[in-house]
Amino acid sequence: MNNSDSLRHPPIPAPHMLDTKPTVPYRVVHPEESEQRRTTHSGLPSVANPMLTATGLAKAYRKHQSSVPVLKGVDFSAERGKVTAIIGQSGSGKSTLLHLLGTLDRPDEGEIAFDGQRIDCLPSRQRDQFRNNQLGMIFQFYHLLPELTLLENVLAPAMIGNGILSYWRNRRQIVERAKHLIELVGLSHRMKHRPRELSGGEMQRTAIARALVTNPSLLLADEPTGNLDQETGRTILQLLRVLNREHGLTIVMVTHDESIAQQCDSIVRLKDGRVERLAAPILRTTSV
Amino acid sequence: MYKLLLCLRYLRTRWIALASIVSVTLGVATLIVVNSVMDGFTTQMKDRMHGILSDIVLETRSNTGIAQPNWYEERIRNRLGDSVAGVTTVVTLPAMMTFQHNGNSHTQQINLIGIDQKTYASVSDFSKYLLHPENRDQLDFILKEGGYAPDRERMQPAGWEYRRPIARYRKLVNDRVRDGRTAEEEQAAEKSRYEALQQQIQREQLQSNTDSNTDVAENQSTNADSTDPSTPLEPSTQTDATPQTDSSVASLMAGPGIVIPNKAQQVNQFDPEKEQRTGIVLGISLGSIRGREPDGTVQDFFFLRPGDDVQVTFPNAGTPPRGIDETFTVVDFYESKMSEYDSTFAFVPIEKLQHSRGMIDPRSGIGAVTSIQIKLKPGVDLNTARDALRDEFPPTHEFVEVRSWQETQGPLLAAVQLETTILNILLFMIIAVAGFGILATFFMIVVEKTRDIGILKSLGATGTGIATIFLGYGVLLGTVGAGVGLLCGLLFVWKINDIARVVEWITGREVFDPTVYYFDTIPTIIHPFMLCWVTLGAILIAVLASVLPSIRAARMHPVEALRYE
Repeated sequence: MNNSDSLRHPPIPAPHMLDTKPTVPYRVVHPEESEQRRTTHSGLPSVANPMLTATGLAKAYRKHQSSVPVLKGVDFSAERGKVTAIIGQSGSGKSTLLHLLGTLDRPDEGEIAFDGQRIDCLPSRQRDQFRNNQLGMIFQFYHLLPELTLLENVLAPAMIGNGILSYWRNRRQIVERAKHLIELVGLSHRMKHRPRELSGGEMQRTAIARALVTNPSLLLADEPTGNLDQETGRTILQLLRVLNREHGLTIVMVTHDESIAQQCDSIVRLKDGRVERLAAPILRTTSV
Repeated sequence: MYKLLLCLRYLRTRWIALASIVSVTLGVATLIVVNSVMDGFTTQMKDRMHGILSDIVLETRSNTGIAQPNWYEERIRNRLGDSVAGVTTVVTLPAMMTFQHNGNSHTQQINLIGIDQKTYASVSDFSKYLLHPENRDQLDFILKEGGYAPDRERMQPAGWEYRRPIARYRKLVNDRVRDGRTAEEEQAAEKSRYEALQQQIQREQLQSNTDSNTDVAENQSTNADSTDPSTPLEPSTQTDATPQTDSSVASLMAGPGIVIPNKAQQVNQFDPEKEQRTGIVLGISLGSIRGREPDGTVQDFFFLRPGDDVQVTFPNAGTPPRGIDETFTVVDFYESKMSEYDSTFAFVPIEKLQHSRGMIDPRSGIGAVTSIQIKLKPGVDLNTARDALRDEFPPTHEFVEVRSWQETQGPLLAAVQLETTILNILLFMIIAVAGFGILATFFMIVVEKTRDIGILKSLGATGTGIATIFLGYGVLLGTVGAGVGLLCGLLFVWKINDIARVVEWITGREVFDPTVYYFDTIPTIIHPFMLCWVTLGAILIAVLASVLPSIRAARMHPVEALRYE
């Protein structure tokens, strides 16, 4: 990406930056306003400081002739430096929304912008690069590569992002950063282990370290605690919290657990492919 | 970087794929072995043929041969200039060889070749294949005292060492003939029979001429066994008189078939203990049978040895040709290890043949020849030289045929070539079949790795990158398979004779029968070019087989891949 450097966050251990994080209340826009919003978005400084915005997203899965609509016009916005929860029942389209936000899939309608740049219509190579540079993703089933050790799993995005030569030239820095992140998630002692030798919580922590290794500004989490017992889930959430507070990481988290959603800065409720309401103290509720 | 890492990891953890590559390994190994052995055979055969045959042959089918070989030779040298390394003249004849063994008479068809022993070695490796070390240096058609191939036990004794006792024994047997009568008694009996015959002839002369003739012929043949009336002198010292006329005309006058010993005749009589007839060099299979000792080692069993006499019947140069009998003494054997040549070739001095056949021009004294053989200097192109000679001696004018040695043996070489080509095609098809195995295995691996592909895509890997992983995996597998096959093939070729021995030991059957092939060991030649070609071909097939699965992997939708269970 042409302006990826300017979009990049500083390296994670930078506590002095935490206070400078904007705390401007989040503003949700009516669908009718979206036209107007797009115009204001680029020019005038918005009151809100959204990192990721989506407007009028629609997505349907087609099989043969029949088409199953999953998202039916969803607007979404994620505040910079905040934790946003997407909550909804199974089949409400929350994972699909997250996949669209993470450019893993293309919406049928609507558009997605990251830092004011449209990302849904980028050519696939640039979207791959965007995923690698700007996004970290964690999943309910961890999705580690079983053939690689913990350290190699964490290094994988860095390897993907760099060619062989540039990886080789920067390998010391990259490995150092990966080790630092592993230490941060508290797994330094399991560096050489394969995923199948780790517990669920350890795997999820590895996934978090992997998501952060390219120093992204946004973390998308798809039910990160869904497969864990409560205690372990809590430590994972705490870890995410720490990353958010101390390192200013923007997090969008999909969950079906109301109690987890309540801990987040803002909540987007999805029901039957539409945003039900936005529930957060500062936020106005919108129903479509 | 991740591509390489994942390739290597998949290689280490997916043994099933290695199993699919085993067929590639086997195919490569077999190809290498087959090609090496075939090349070994072809090269050995070509070397031998080329050694036996001169580069280019000028041949006539005329019975009287080329009358002015010198003039032809001059034209050849003028035309080819510096590229000629040697020229020799040869008389080639179909002939029949007869010899006695165990009291039986054996007849064999041979290819009688009259050679100029001084120049013949300059056009072919002829001398290299002779058994006596001195003959290898210079063949002189003179029987040696001994020392023929000392390593061949079955052939000993040979030469004079063999001829003398045999001749003495024969003489002894002849002296003490049937029924225990001594030679004197026998001679007395013969004499009385002769006198009786004389009387009978005188009586019958009064009647018809024809009757007496047949009687005489019968008598002659019965006496021939016991007294050996064949021409006794060395042909070179003998005056030119054919035995037939001698026996048919003079016998009636002087008494047929009976050698009455008187002193003057005994001086001139041929003594096989001390004298030899004109030398002949026989192909080794003409005088031996290849077989096995009781312990299984391959041996030649000789029924003719240097020192034995053989009779050769060949056509003379007349029209129509008539058969001529000559007796030759085997002076050496010729072993080129090409069964075709070893079982038909018999070499005699060219002058002897020209003389016996009447090929020598009585005025100029120049002997005619049936073919002129030319050896080219190394590096001279065979076909160019041949074409030049064809141009010099057009078949329409000269009635000589110009052939290169490869054309002489064309069908055999072509057959071997065809065999090699077909085997190569078949084996490459086997590797291609292996390619489909790889294809199937790779599809399975791609399906198995669907989630990983999804993960990599979610981490930002491009479709090309994913395809590269699987393509690289194919290259790695192909390389490993072909590499192992290469090593196995080389090892097999290197130890092929030991392996053949082990297989023989296990099955009790002979894999490589030296009595058939005339090679003691399986000949092999490894061409580096062939190795590269086979290895690269196998890798290419493995890569081609991994293209489709790679494309499928690259096209996989990340969301669906992540959801894949």
